[in-house]
Amino acid sequence: MTNSTYTETLTSAEAKVLKRNLRKSERFGLYKALLLILPLFVFLMFTFILPIGSLLFKSVTDDVIPTEWPALTQSLAAWDPAKKQLPDSQTYSNLVVDLQKSIEDDGNSRVATRLNFQQSGMRSLIMKTMRHLDGMDLKDAKQSLIDADERWGQIGTWTIIKFSSQRLTFDYFLNAFDYTRDEFGNVVHNAPADSLYQDVFIRTIVVSLTVAVLCVLIAYPVASFLAALPSKFSNPLMILVLLPFWTSFLVRTTSWIVMLQTNGPINQFLLELGLILKPLELIYNRFSVLVSMTHILLPYSILSLYSVMKGISPVYVKAARSLGAGPIKAFFNAYFPQTLPGVVAAGILSFILAIGYYITPALVGGADDQLASYYIANHVNTTLNWGLASALSVLLLGGVMVLYIVFVRMTGGKGMKLG
Amino acid sequence: MKLKTKTYLSVLAAFAVTGAQASSSLSFTSWGGSYQEAQEKTAVKPFGIANKVDIKTDAYNGGIAQVRAQVQTKNVTWDIVDMQLSDVIRACDEGLLEKINPDIDLAKDKSGKPAKSDYLPGAINNCMAGNISWSTILVFNKDKFKGSQPKTVADFFDLKKFPGKRALRKSPEGALEWALIADGVPPAQVYKTLSTQAGVERAFKKLDTVKSSIVWWEAGAQPPQLLADGEVTMASAYNARIYTAIMNDKKPFEFLWDGQLKNIEGYVIVKGSKNVAAAKAFIKEATKPQALADLATSTAYGPLRKSAVSLVDPKVGKYLPTAPEHQKGSLDVDPLFWADNADALNQKFAVWLGRK
Repeated sequence: MTNSTYTETLTSAEAKVLKRNLRKSERFGLYKALLLILPLFVFLMFTFILPIGSLLFKSVTDDVIPTEWPALTQSLAAWDPAKKQLPDSQTYSNLVVDLQKSIEDDGNSRVATRLNFQQSGMRSLIMKTMRHLDGMDLKDAKQSLIDADERWGQIGTWTIIKFSSQRLTFDYFLNAFDYTRDEFGNVVHNAPADSLYQDVFIRTIVVSLTVAVLCVLIAYPVASFLAALPSKFSNPLMILVLLPFWTSFLVRTTSWIVMLQTNGPINQFLLELGLILKPLELIYNRFSVLVSMTHILLPYSILSLYSVMKGISPVYVKAARSLGAGPIKAFFNAYFPQTLPGVVAAGILSFILAIGYYITPALVGGADDQLASYYIANHVNTTLNWGLASALSVLLLGGVMVLYIVFVRMTGGKGMKLG
Repeated sequence: MKLKTKTYLSVLAAFAVTGAQASSSLSFTSWGGSYQEAQEKTAVKPFGIANKVDIKTDAYNGGIAQVRAQVQTKNVTWDIVDMQLSDVIRACDEGLLEKINPDIDLAKDKSGKPAKSDYLPGAINNCMAGNISWSTILVFNKDKFKGSQPKTVADFFDLKKFPGKRALRKSPEGALEWALIADGVPPAQVYKTLSTQAGVERAFKKLDTVKSSIVWWEAGAQPPQLLADGEVTMASAYNARIYTAIMNDKKPFEFLWDGQLKNIEGYVIVKGSKNVAAAKAFIKEATKPQALADLATSTAYGPLRKSAVSLVDPKVGKYLPTAPEHQKGSLDVDPLFWADNADALNQKFAVWLGRK
């Protein structure tokens, strides 16, 4: 802006020189800025983008079986379970060859673990077959394997191995949507007793949305009150918001356990007053999850709303009032629309943070209150099914991104304002 | 100024001392808490001092994820790990552990019997030297049952006779076994029954009868707390946690030895460790009968060597999961069953939990 007003009054030659100098100094500033963020960029690259990227990659790549059992992988690629016939005898002898070759470096066990994710019992099948390998005749591999365990004579066993031996696979995503493959490789929905993740994702979204709405509803009057006060009063009150914000969320979760438990202060107080006759069930259910998650995420909402409200001049509401609007009309027509960016920011921020929570629901929630990240952590740490964990993470991350984009679109691309 | 010089000097001195002492170094990883403290007191520190080895300690929460990550990235920082048998079997199968030869790597007992015959069955394999047996066990709060007290697993499932909430670990392991025992399956038949579709359904059906009264716990510290707070009247728990609550905190808890689920715990060496020889020397020392007895005395976990039993403090003896009087109705957790079925049963269990 300043630049163009100057050019009008300057000759073109001078303008050129000036422009060049300006660009030069701007470029220098830009380089300096880039150089300043370079360490941060490198840090993020190595601690965030690369590891997370490689982990997410595990949801579609799987090279355990192709690496350990290369010959079998190749012959199974050509076999089609939909024809409802067992693989040829060459495939059987390839299995024996691969099994024998991979004994040395425990490769078979890695394959067994991988296959057991798909169907229980595969692990012991591989282990048992390994014990029968001694003196197995390659020419008669088919019969020897079926003699060792009848499951080698079933198409379903081979289907599992075939689909687990694809280097590029979408089967983890099938599992993450509660789908699986039947005996002949067709994609089918899991039996109701094995369908988990659809419900988990719905539950995660419902809980996170409820928490986000509660956060905004509670934070709005608080932030608006704080923003309206002179700083002499608002600063000490702000400490009350920040103090829990600085406290570890584990401590805050644990204190909710103390508060809400059957013989805890809240129940004792109500019993003492005679309002209830026996203790209320306040903990290990959806109620306690919502209460503690809302409490933990509340400071984020208050702060992002406050930062927006602080920038709103009080003259608009005053003008609306002096022009004859009632307090409700003045609020909804003059004040509320200006706080909308803060509302959206607070809502999105608490929603995104809530969607990744798992310690709080794990500690204060009941059996049917666990969110998606609980299952991701479980697959990473306990079952070691990293492929499925990664697929679930991709879905969670993708879901959040899609929601975010939709939200930004809905608010005309300028809906979000963080401070 | 004076203070500064002093600090420098002491830092220098510290370097000098560690430099002189650490002829070799070793890392020891266990479960933290009072169990690891007892291990450090009875085995780690004595070994470090006697052999001038600088032993670093670390704590973990079980599972083989960290070991697997270390081996796969070829960045092995743990040498000795205290691992439970079901994890050992998986880790050993995946080739994440160094091999241990009981004839060479483990000490004989006093009478010169080889370790192999001194150990309880299943307590050593080619990757692990067992140290103690712990159990997941049902317990109750004596104050809540003034009249008749629960005695069997079936009583745990009987909400009419013994009212109150129950606490169970949020895992199919334990819950399914107890459900079947309570439903009349003899302990020896439990895993055979659970291997069938109908058996699994039967177990879940039995669990359905108490589902609304169950509080699920995840950390071992929770059940004693839940019992003490009066949140539940009965709970499943790790035996040593309850032992500590009874002995040290004088809580009115009582064990239901019927249906105790025994697990085996042992020492393993991470594959690719740079200190295999020192780690083996440590394990040989730490699994000597006296060392195991000392560990049992301070934790109430059962020593896995027969010759160690008589060396345990008699006051602790009757609380050990391995005590002869507690074997009726007890069950050894079958790690091979769980290695095969954990993935599928975990999923079924999670679905069952989420169902109203």
